[in-house]
Amino acid sequence: MRFVRDHIIPPAPPPRRAGGPLAWMRNNLFAGPGNVVTTLLILGALAWIGPALARFLVLDAVWTGTSGDACRPEVIGRPVGACWAFIGEKINYLAYGSYPAAERWRPNLFFGLLALGAAWMLWLGAPRRDLGAWFVFAILPVASWLLLSGAPALGLASVATALWGGILVTLVVSAVGIVASLPLGILLALGRRSDLPVLRFACIGFIEFWRGVPLITVLFMANVMLPLFLPGDVTVDRLLRPLIGIALFASAYMAEVVRGGLQAIPAGQGQAALALGMTRAQAMRCVVLPQALKVVVPGIVNTLIGLFKDTTLVAIVGIADFVRVLEAARADPRWSAPAIPATAYAFAALFYLAVCFSMARYAGFIARRLAAGDRR
Amino acid sequence: MRIPFAPLLGAAVLTVLTLAAPQARAEGTLAQVKARGHLVCGVSGGVAGFSMPDGQGRWRGLDVDFCRALAAAIFDDPERVRFIPQSSAARFTALQSGEIDVLARNTTWTLSRDTAAMNFPVITFYDGQGFLVRKALGITSVKQLDRATVCLQQGTTTELNLADWFRTRGLSYRVVTFANSEQALGAYESGRCDAYSTDKSSLYGERLKTARPDDHVILDEAISKEPFAPGVRQGDDQWRDLVAWTHYAMIDAEEAGITQANVVALRKEGLSPDVRRILGLEGRYGEGLGLTVDWADRIVRHVGNYGDAFARNLGEGTPLKIPRGLNALWTQGGLQYGPPIR
Repeated sequence: MRFVRDHIIPPAPPPRRAGGPLAWMRNNLFAGPGNVVTTLLILGALAWIGPALARFLVLDAVWTGTSGDACRPEVIGRPVGACWAFIGEKINYLAYGSYPAAERWRPNLFFGLLALGAAWMLWLGAPRRDLGAWFVFAILPVASWLLLSGAPALGLASVATALWGGILVTLVVSAVGIVASLPLGILLALGRRSDLPVLRFACIGFIEFWRGVPLITVLFMANVMLPLFLPGDVTVDRLLRPLIGIALFASAYMAEVVRGGLQAIPAGQGQAALALGMTRAQAMRCVVLPQALKVVVPGIVNTLIGLFKDTTLVAIVGIADFVRVLEAARADPRWSAPAIPATAYAFAALFYLAVCFSMARYAGFIARRLAAGDRR
Repeated sequence: MRIPFAPLLGAAVLTVLTLAAPQARAEGTLAQVKARGHLVCGVSGGVAGFSMPDGQGRWRGLDVDFCRALAAAIFDDPERVRFIPQSSAARFTALQSGEIDVLARNTTWTLSRDTAAMNFPVITFYDGQGFLVRKALGITSVKQLDRATVCLQQGTTTELNLADWFRTRGLSYRVVTFANSEQALGAYESGRCDAYSTDKSSLYGERLKTARPDDHVILDEAISKEPFAPGVRQGDDQWRDLVAWTHYAMIDAEEAGITQANVVALRKEGLSPDVRRILGLEGRYGEGLGLTVDWADRIVRHVGNYGDAFARNLGEGTPLKIPRGLNALWTQGGLQYGPPIR
């Protein structure tokens, strides 16, 4: 047998007990030839992009000014990077769109409620997280709608959705997509694995239909075609239409992600739960679903990040989302300078990066924490 | 028992269609607007000087002021109007479906659009395709652009206009097209083209986006006709009249010397007969439009005459500095001509 050694391996010296930054670099950055090449390539790329980025975003940036002239190199006599003064002047419009200035405490309160709901659900040590779930999935949607669109009965002047815009609309669309797609997606995934044929085929039909059409088609149907089919006196709010479309679209994708998790759980888990005397609902709720959702956390977060970025598509059907208001803001002739378009897109990139990166980091934390049980 | 599904379904569809179609048009647009309490106006949402939100989200521009004038005439309140930005793809269906009452979105009036989709009651701005060139070239006429390279945005009528104009004059040219106006302007600025061509009203805004606006000039000549007109649904004569006469009132007020600044004083003095007729001190002209007698007075008081609106949004006092040109009054060599209010 060639696999059997015919001599004894000579004893190797003990591993060097190395510490400190030098040893860390040797182990992590320059451990082998491939490792060295990769490290050098990445360092080279950083040296190439980093200074230019720093110059554009910070060092050469213009922070104050009242018109585009403040961001013209020949006017201020130095190279100009990003024109943050432009963002500063337009920030109210970028945040709220045309929401009436006197009523802007309402979007602010909405942002606060959203942050509270998110923190309650996301901080694992938070008290009464069962109440938090009720808050996020039941109270928050109703309260937000009343708060933002107004309820004359409660003394809140109504604000037409045509006036909403900017970060407010982007957050509303994403929040609706996320809050609606998670429970709907789980229900659809369970329905798809049901033994009842009518329910199963209804769920399959729903999922395959929404996965089969592009989101942009859904939005066009909702905002351009649907009003032609409806009788003239029936009007559905023009922000609500794409919201419903996005929620249904996202839940179909979420359903498939959750189904992946359900299929990964061995049938024995559910059977064992039934053998212990649990009902089918209890078995699903207490044994199968928790394990399945744990498996698909990366998939869920992936879908949510995709959803968050897809919401910019609503701009095409005339909803003034964050990207759309940026485009409108930079049409201002008072602020037209060569640096403005790059500034606007850099700001958009930073905004999306900040939100998506924090979602990804949080998902990483959750995944590590859930995996703690497997490492034991 | 066998249920006849097919005829039932057909009957249901027909019922829905017959119920839906006439109901949408049963009431005139003016009555709908009055009942609703505000006007809904489709705008472009991002064209400098025509419709654009400012830093606080308040809409400004010539198209915006036209809608405010309509609201002022109807409600005596220019704020009772809601602006909905429309993409160029969705603007016509938005009007047809009743989502908007009037489309003031720098839309060019053409025969095919007029017959197919909507009515254009009046021309609010005369535009035409123009050229941006470097001042250093010393060019004063489009004819001097023989054998020039022109930068354009793809998929617009600018390319066809250019071909027509140069071919009929036996001049040669080369076109480089780009997906959006930003790239086209950038290519022109970097020296890839001798000229950049689009509607003249946009060229003034585009010029400001260059690194050195003073190094570029906009040629006076226009090689196409681009009459911008508000659009309304077909088959509503009262609304069509109202939209047309809102613009005429602004023109006639300018011609009669009634401005936003002096309208209140003029009303007290009540001088010449045409001023008295415009301000509703004589005759009951506004009632024919379904409005009150002081309809034009409301427009000028809240929004101003055409010259006021032009100066505020496009004129010398703004960064755009667009000359009146064809949009001057007919008495001053322009094309803006309002039929008499009498």
